[in-house]
Amino acid sequence: MSGAMLELILEATLDTLYMVAVSGLISAALGIPLGVLLYVTRPRQILEQPALNGVLGVITNIGRSVPFIILMVAIIPFTRALVGSSIGTNAAVVPLTIAAIPFVARLVEGALNEISPGLVEAAQSMGATPWQIITKVLLPEARGGIFTALTVTIVTLVSYSAMAGAVGGGGLGDLGIRYGYNRFNPTIMLITVVILVVMVQGFQSLGDYLVRKSDHK
Amino acid sequence: MATRQGGLFFGRPTDRPPPAGATSVAQMIRLQNVSKTYYPRGKSAGVEALKAVDLHVPKGQIHGVIGLSGAGKSTLIRCVNLLERPTTGTVTVDGQELTGLSGDALNQARHRIGMIFQHFNLLTSRTVYANVALPLELMGLKTDEIRERVTPLLELDRLADKARHYPAQLSGGQKQRVAIARALASRPRVLLCDEATSALDPHTTGAILELLQDINQKLGLTILLITHEMEVVKTICHRVSLISGGELVEEAEVGDFFTAPRTRLGRDFLNDFLELEPPRALIERLEEAPGEHSHPVVRLAFSGDAVSTPLVSRLARECGIDVSILQAKVESIQDRTLGLMIAELMGDAEDTRRALAYLETHDLQVEVLGHVRRDA
Repeated sequence: MSGAMLELILEATLDTLYMVAVSGLISAALGIPLGVLLYVTRPRQILEQPALNGVLGVITNIGRSVPFIILMVAIIPFTRALVGSSIGTNAAVVPLTIAAIPFVARLVEGALNEISPGLVEAAQSMGATPWQIITKVLLPEARGGIFTALTVTIVTLVSYSAMAGAVGGGGLGDLGIRYGYNRFNPTIMLITVVILVVMVQGFQSLGDYLVRKSDHK
Repeated sequence: MATRQGGLFFGRPTDRPPPAGATSVAQMIRLQNVSKTYYPRGKSAGVEALKAVDLHVPKGQIHGVIGLSGAGKSTLIRCVNLLERPTTGTVTVDGQELTGLSGDALNQARHRIGMIFQHFNLLTSRTVYANVALPLELMGLKTDEIRERVTPLLELDRLADKARHYPAQLSGGQKQRVAIARALASRPRVLLCDEATSALDPHTTGAILELLQDINQKLGLTILLITHEMEVVKTICHRVSLISGGELVEEAEVGDFFTAPRTRLGRDFLNDFLELEPPRALIERLEEAPGEHSHPVVRLAFSGDAVSTPLVSRLARECGIDVSILQAKVESIQDRTLGLMIAELMGDAEDTRRALAYLETHDLQVEVLGHVRRDA
């Protein structure tokens, strides 16, 4: 294989990592708070707000039900306004992030739901404010679940980012399609798939390790 | 009433003003006309979990509320620190009306009320030390102040060597000890115990009750506990209330409750606890109405002086009847002694009537369970 080819593969791998890392970080930063909000505004929860909870729930569900490939195309004007272009890795980060936020939020909400209501009650009996309950009880108690949620999200982002190649997003998916599929180069196809598999394995192992470390149940 | 500020109780000056209008009788917990009605979703009719409950617990007392499941015990204890807000009525703790508070003021007041739970409710993500430190963090204490308070508490509870353990590594009894240390960390005036020993084996239950009693005596802490176990009431409570259908149906000193419960439910609890029922074969033969050749079967409960009176032989001598003892038991209830007996009074109708009258003039409870027919 030529040096130019290797360089292409390396570049595509870094592009994929870049897209996954940036969209992963932003979606965690926005999705975790949204998940907490979805949980604490539920009926009979510490910041019960049924109307707000309903609205947030509907928005989250819309975000999760639009197929990624359609979302990517549909928000092109928004993407262009935000990053100045609709192609390239930066442009791919926008739909990836938007797809991942509701995904993270629902998974985090699920993780919080696993916490025994007795712990919140105990904190309330100690005079904890809602903010203290979130920061000192809910988030630490759900840490393992949140790491699991983020691992699932990252793995999903790896595969979604490959799809982003279809709209000129760059990365391994793009490489696989253009060189492997369109130019009938099975070696390139195989290499991209192997790299993606290794990447997913790596993220999963890291996630499992963090979950194990944070779980004292 | 002495109002402590600072000193023993960690008080920022704004924490709690001296209770206005504190009465000379130091009532630590006062529930007045407290009702709680739930409105389940989709149902128009409310469910009354508590009905016009009045409860007064003086400072330094251990007060038990006993009842069957679903009687409203849980709601009652949660109304004291407003985990459940009463639908009507007022809750006053240490001279401060909690029902008038909300938000920060209520949270401040809750720092003065410790609570422990049936399932301990320790944070799994925190070590023993950090669990005990939690209420102090919530109060905004600094790290070194927290250490000064947590360390002696762990020693008091014999948990010092477990400080770095996580709750999952502890036994049930140890978990409840951590929960007690945590509840005491904020130096509360009141401790609420929600079925605190119900998930523990009898031996551990005894140890936890001993610890609670110790805390009550050493710190003068007022304790309100709910339970369905008579053993708990018998072991540590001074007074007891019986709850049924959301109402307090009976309240008494523990000694009185165990010797002379005034309600049917109270007697049922006592009989279940004492396991003093007539033999099954006899129950089947009991008839409600006295017959020509039948003898009354009575349950006698005597306490105080009556325990040491040779009652049975006197009864036989003075009324000319025979007494057949079917079951008998002597129980120590704190400083009181309680004697219980199920006996058949054997004699003719006139003599047994006199015997019953004789018993009623003495200091004991007589309950005629029925009559059993004898072949003449």
